[in-house]
Amino acid sequence: MKVLDFTVRSNEPLNYQNNLIKVAPADNEPLPDMHPGQFVQVLVSNSGSVFLRRPISINFVDRGKNEMWLLVQRVGEGTRKICEITAGQTLNLIFPLGNSFSIPHKKGRYLLIGGGVGTAPMLFLGKKLNEKGFSAEFLLGGRSQRDILQISEFERLGSVYCTTEDGSLGEKGFVTDHSVLRNNSYDFIYTCGPKPMMMAVARYANTNKTGCEASLENLMACGFGACLCCIEKTTRGNLCSCTDGPVFNINELTWTD
Amino acid sequence: MDRLKVNIGKLELQNPVTTASGTFGYGVEYADFIDLNRLGAIFVKGTTLEPRQGNDYPRMAETPSGMLNSVGLQNKGVDYFIERIYPGIREYNTRIIVNVSGSTLEDYVKCSERLEDLDKVPAIELNISCPNIKEGGMAFGTTCQSAANVTKAVRNVYRKTLIVKLSPNVTDIAAIAKAVEDEGADSVSLVNTFLGMAIDAETRKPRLSTVTGGLSGPCIKPIALRMVWQVYNAVRIPIIGIGGISSAADAIEFMLAGSTAVQIGTYNFIDPAISMKVIDGITDYLSRHKLKSVSEIIGKLEV
Repeated sequence: MKVLDFTVRSNEPLNYQNNLIKVAPADNEPLPDMHPGQFVQVLVSNSGSVFLRRPISINFVDRGKNEMWLLVQRVGEGTRKICEITAGQTLNLIFPLGNSFSIPHKKGRYLLIGGGVGTAPMLFLGKKLNEKGFSAEFLLGGRSQRDILQISEFERLGSVYCTTEDGSLGEKGFVTDHSVLRNNSYDFIYTCGPKPMMMAVARYANTNKTGCEASLENLMACGFGACLCCIEKTTRGNLCSCTDGPVFNINELTWTD
Repeated sequence: MDRLKVNIGKLELQNPVTTASGTFGYGVEYADFIDLNRLGAIFVKGTTLEPRQGNDYPRMAETPSGMLNSVGLQNKGVDYFIERIYPGIREYNTRIIVNVSGSTLEDYVKCSERLEDLDKVPAIELNISCPNIKEGGMAFGTTCQSAANVTKAVRNVYRKTLIVKLSPNVTDIAAIAKAVEDEGADSVSLVNTFLGMAIDAETRKPRLSTVTGGLSGPCIKPIALRMVWQVYNAVRIPIIGIGGISSAADAIEFMLAGSTAVQIGTYNFIDPAISMKVIDGITDYLSRHKLKSVSEIIGKLEV
């Protein structure tokens, strides 16, 4: 973990509420090892009302360009301020934070399910699986076509299935309604997204006796295990979702069936 | 760097910059960011006789220039601290001070007794001001009588440096400070968090599971400064100032108001290296003002 200034290389709106911000260390030092599921804490400058940093999942790491991608959803004042940043400006980050998705040791069928901005870490995870020689399949869900982000990026890494609630892209319904879940069986499932979605995914995984990890986004102050605010009630007691998580095996969580 | 040395009773600190309990874990959480050995002291996480799970999620709400928390003293208990955590932190070349909390007078006494034997813990900070536990905690710190009682009971069993952490949720903090001084406290630290609350207007629900919680951060600084000034004018024992410190200038203000040392709390979350910047900034201030020792600014507010 370290605190570092990054230079913004680009900041591009992907739709009405999400921006893709690409950053590189300001002093060009090589990025350290980072793993899918980890996150950064972004300092929000120039805001009277925003005090704490904002945790943002690592969307992708481009080693060749020494660049990290952050997919930011504008949900409040803090994330709005972050998305106002322009190329050439500085973003101060604490990184890399948290644990990561477990990477399998043998070939198998791996399904990565993301909902909304929860698809962000799945791109980095898909890349890592590819690098290990494993194929990844992606199941992405959103309210409408415009909520499904980075499809072409995902398609470069594996098969992509989509669901939208209004049917404007892929199959109509929620991710857990998708036919791919009925017609196939998977060796492991990774998920990140709204809690009701992850609960439904966990239910599917448990019913089908498939291992599953979920990435949580509890409210946090520090991001590195000092404040004890982001606790998740687990079978091992109250754990910090910033250091013991954000990725948990669903067997450890108390809100899954 | 002798000119940064200060004394809390008989306890010498290498500089006046320390980190506040509950914001700094056991120090190790910050080892990647700073050289812990440079700190004046580390006030480690609130410790109780028995393990505590703490309060339910959500425990945190951001507020203008600050935050509310209702962690509720989540910790694994004093025995776990002694057996599992202390061996890992005892080699740090700074002062390790344990924050002691409890629900009953007996809890405080037993917990303090167990800590007395730790050779690398030269002091404890008696937390009679936690607003986030149902029984005990702040209740001990809100009347002169109960604050005096718990200080007296612990003083009887604890011979090392005894610091009492005061609650700001009282009508006259100087009277409480005086009461604990009279019972043998070596120092008072102030302030703990202010009782507050936050509401989500859309859902009509409180933002904290406990409805109310403790407010901290820069928003409380002016009130904390005022309280330090009032206490400084009422007691003779050294004061450790706490409340929204986020720069060297803030720390110096607290010292001018009467603090011998300061604790940096919530701002560690925003800048984990802030404590080092405050130490450097104080050194710079001494040079610019041609002062030989940081003690020369304690209580030197010119009114």
